[in-house]
Amino acid sequence: MLKTLLVGAALALPLPALAAVEGEVTDYAFPYEGPLGAFDTFQLQRGLQVFTQVCAACHGLSYVAYRTLGQEGGPELPEDQVRAYAAQFTVFDQSLDDGQGADRPATPADRFGASSLSNAPDLSVMAKARKGFSGPYGTGLSQLFNGMGGPEYIASLVAGYDEPPACAPADAPGYYNVAFSAGYYPDSCRDEEGEPTTPGSWIAMPPPLADGQIEYEDGAPNTVEAMAVDVAAFLMWTAEPHMNARKTAGLTGVLFLSVLAVLLYLTNKRLWARVKKPAAAPVTRG
Amino acid sequence: MSGIPHDHYEPSSRPEKWLHRRLPIVSLLYDVVMIPTPKNLNWMWIWGVVLMFALISQILTGIVLAMHYQPNVQLAFASVESIMRDVNGGTFLRYFHANGASLMFFAVYMHIFRSLYYGNYKTPREVTWIIGTLMLVLMMAIAFMGYVLPWGQMSLHGTAVITGLFGAVPFVGESIQTWLLGAGAVGQPALNRFFSLHYLLPFILLGLTVVHVWAFHHTGNNNPTGVEVRRGSKEEAQRDTVPFWPYFVIKDLLALVVVLIVFVAIVGFMPNYLGSPENYVPANPLKTPPEIVPEWYLLPFYAILRAFTNDVWLVIAVDWVTFGIIDAKFFGVLAMFGSLVVLGLAPWLDTSLIRSGRYRPMFKWWFWLFVVNFVMLMWAGAMSPEALGGWIPAISLLGASYYFAYFLVILPILGVIERPLAPPASIEADFAAHYDAQTGGTHTIPTPAE
Repeated sequence: MLKTLLVGAALALPLPALAAVEGEVTDYAFPYEGPLGAFDTFQLQRGLQVFTQVCAACHGLSYVAYRTLGQEGGPELPEDQVRAYAAQFTVFDQSLDDGQGADRPATPADRFGASSLSNAPDLSVMAKARKGFSGPYGTGLSQLFNGMGGPEYIASLVAGYDEPPACAPADAPGYYNVAFSAGYYPDSCRDEEGEPTTPGSWIAMPPPLADGQIEYEDGAPNTVEAMAVDVAAFLMWTAEPHMNARKTAGLTGVLFLSVLAVLLYLTNKRLWARVKKPAAAPVTRG
Repeated sequence: MSGIPHDHYEPSSRPEKWLHRRLPIVSLLYDVVMIPTPKNLNWMWIWGVVLMFALISQILTGIVLAMHYQPNVQLAFASVESIMRDVNGGTFLRYFHANGASLMFFAVYMHIFRSLYYGNYKTPREVTWIIGTLMLVLMMAIAFMGYVLPWGQMSLHGTAVITGLFGAVPFVGESIQTWLLGAGAVGQPALNRFFSLHYLLPFILLGLTVVHVWAFHHTGNNNPTGVEVRRGSKEEAQRDTVPFWPYFVIKDLLALVVVLIVFVAIVGFMPNYLGSPENYVPANPLKTPPEIVPEWYLLPFYAILRAFTNDVWLVIAVDWVTFGIIDAKFFGVLAMFGSLVVLGLAPWLDTSLIRSGRYRPMFKWWFWLFVVNFVMLMWAGAMSPEALGGWIPAISLLGASYYFAYFLVILPILGVIERPLAPPASIEADFAAHYDAQTGGTHTIPTPAE
């Protein structure tokens, strides 16, 4: 539990007391955006592959159960694949061995484990715990039009590694990332007013992906950026597994209420007609 | 129930007569539903029904959520995630409840602005107004405690800030804060008691709602003209009013459904827009989030709290006069609570004999400035003090000053210096002028006997 309590603390190196560093977040297009958008099953499967082969080495998904991989509106793996996926991992089961506890292969009812690296945050709800867009001037209008931007932030971060700027010292801790705003930033890269001259800051996580690192079964593009977008979409699903159902419910609600509003409008108009223009009103039968 | 003359319930069948002799409950319901209501009420009179719906739906969704929630610092965040993942319909339920708070506050602010503009708080409706102000304070407490329950970063650190307000009270502050939290810091005792109170207080709010409705049913509704319903005879009253059922029930339902279209769209399509992403990070006492900002509906009062910094001359003067007992921090706390007190005192601060702002040419401008100022305070509350070249504290101070000046200076003076226009002779005349110039609106809608 302590590990999950430390989420958020993990990636951040000490904050400078000067003007805040701003990260560069790209507004990637995701298929689930907008009221009618839904998760792309194949993208979620690709994202799961990236997570399993790369992210899972350090990061956990402690709120996500393996069984949900087969749920509607998710990666929708067939049941045998869900079982096979779970079986590659071992979990500690206290009930085994007369209460001594022992490791056993995971079943679909088990959950992805917690992070195995102590300063790697759990990623279960990370896509909702970060915002990619803000402002302008604290009004939140940007988020109204672009969305909160959590997945965009994750994709931008994973694909955001760059050569450190020349102004930075050679021994700067961590890796320069244009999307990461909560890390080390050298004073030598600030101008006279203390404003940072380059976006982003230094992050403890090494660049996780390289072009072509993962072979997708469906042959989809596997550049760093494409893989970053896929894994960001997957993490949006882990954060909001019932998004498709929620949007359907919202749409049904809006349509139903709209019809009801029209009916009530007509009822109200007719009802008040005899108050507003008594002479012109139809005779109501009691 | 109402002081306006109207038809009363007459039991006709034998069972009705039997019950009526023993418990006149049908009569009570009849009087509530058939209350004579000014027929010129406009679309700003719909927010009460929206609030009633919102409160009841919050209670119902809340009861179900409480069946799955664990008020334990180790389990709270995980139990909310379990609601989102494993409870049938849990995602929609939780988002409905979380955004329901925003619906309530949006509606209550509209409701309050309506009352401020049309002078609903003036005699004889002061008690309705005072109870309403108490309900606003209670709503704030309930909403704040509800925000603590998911036990995210903003829950924990927001609690530290808000209970810290009580810590600013001179001499006994720290003891009060410890007593409120049940410990020296925000932790298990605080979470547990906030859950308990978050479950209890909405029922108190429901009780106050009944008294609030009772009070204005006794005095009768105000209306956009501020002119009272004529009560000389039943016939006279019927020319000014229509029964609540069906006329306003249908109208209010229509308005409620239109509001709900927007609400359901927010819940379905953008449920996290009004919240802070930081609250999806599990609470961690060792790490303070970069900025601690309350939910949008508390921001105007948060801005007033932060407006009185220790470089304001008034704060310095008060500090000096009270030998440092009222320092800048305590001053801010007093200002924040004071902003709700002056709101409650509006009936006695407003000296104008004319109720409705419609007939007050100078008041109108000050009122709309008050609304704009309120929105500006909301915005200033969301900004970090260093933003915008460090101008936010000055803007907050300006906004807070106008907020207090509106109640303490402008409302008392306007009543004396303003020359109001003449309101219409009756509600009937106002309604007729609006809809039916030809017939003069002389027709009446009698309250049906049954």
